[in-house]
Amino acid sequence: MGNLFLIFISAVVVNNFVLKYFLGICPFLGVSSEVKSSLNMGMAVTFVMTLTAPVVWLLSTFVLIKFKLPFLEYVTDIIVIAALVQLLEMFIKKTSRGLYRTLGIYLPLITTNCAILFSALFLVLRQYNIIQSTLFGLGSGLGFTLAIVIMAGIKEELEFADVPEALKGAPIGLLIAGLMALAFYGFVGLPSA
Amino acid sequence: MKEYILFKDALKGLWKENPVFRQLLGMCPTLAVTNAAVYGLSMGLATAFVLLCSSIIISTFRRVFPHEVRIASFVVIIATFVTIVDLFLKGNFPAISKALGPYIPLIVVNCLILGRQEMFASKNPVHRSVADALGMGVGFTLALIALASIRELLGSGSIFGIQILALVGKGGGFRPWIIMLLPAGAFLTLGTMIGISNFFTGKMANRSACH
Repeated sequence: MGNLFLIFISAVVVNNFVLKYFLGICPFLGVSSEVKSSLNMGMAVTFVMTLTAPVVWLLSTFVLIKFKLPFLEYVTDIIVIAALVQLLEMFIKKTSRGLYRTLGIYLPLITTNCAILFSALFLVLRQYNIIQSTLFGLGSGLGFTLAIVIMAGIKEELEFADVPEALKGAPIGLLIAGLMALAFYGFVGLPSA
Repeated sequence: MKEYILFKDALKGLWKENPVFRQLLGMCPTLAVTNAAVYGLSMGLATAFVLLCSSIIISTFRRVFPHEVRIASFVVIIATFVTIVDLFLKGNFPAISKALGPYIPLIVVNCLILGRQEMFASKNPVHRSVADALGMGVGFTLALIALASIRELLGSGSIFGIQILALVGKGGGFRPWIIMLLPAGAFLTLGTMIGISNFFTGKMANRSACH
């Protein structure tokens, strides 16, 4: 039990996907300038990550390892993610209009979000079981959401600040991310899985 | 005339449309593996190889792909070449392969590669796509080496493992800036570098085109 909790906590804060592994930097710098839309983006990523984790685990354990095909890992992972995102989009569109409106526009972008592929590769690398994998996916997604929402909050304040011309846009975003990464470095003292 | 166009295709990747400083493409590997110059170089070359090979294949067969599934087809082709690079590094340079870890498979979703296929290789003949891929690949590699050299120099006083600033306690007076080797150092260095390049060119970096 304690192990599961550790995996979850370390995925959310200690090994934060954005600030420690530099994953999902593009949406992190590009999309987040409004807290609400970045929260929706984060939710969409968390949703897809939590779903891909068990699917990738099942496929890797029962197909790739069983039939000795580990060299097909990257190709299968990316196809699984692309197919799952597509299915999810169709499913949400049919079942819930409200959810489609909040998550819909972010879903197609998620296929090329490196955070999802990384979490799929990572759980195979760490040899997590299916429950650990799902929790890891959920935790990483929440960590991404946390980082992107904090960033959006800071960017909202930044609208009123006097940023030097050359630093506007991406450079100031990167500098803020650097300071956030330093702050999150403080979590390293926590025990991690 | 023909040579002139090829030359222009190749040259624009070096500075005018540099993937890292101008287009902000492929940020994940740029930030993640640049704590030593040699890792920056290997990641740059690996990405350039995948970009070149997939550009050749995709521009050769650019009329074959149905429009609706072109992105999926591109990704599968890219993933194949990434697997080749990964196996090559594992076999020949196990130390580098271990250090770069899962960032090698992440080349699959590097938006630099997919972006060039979508914007250039799928619309232009093979020789122009090769020129474009070479320019972008070299531009990406140079940017990674620049970033990694700064971080390695300030973080451990060396470039490509050759000690340049003598450390305290080894007959010199340089105290390494540990922050440069931490994730925070990557963000701060790249932010400063893009800021400086904006300052001198007077042009704002475009927002990331991929997401």
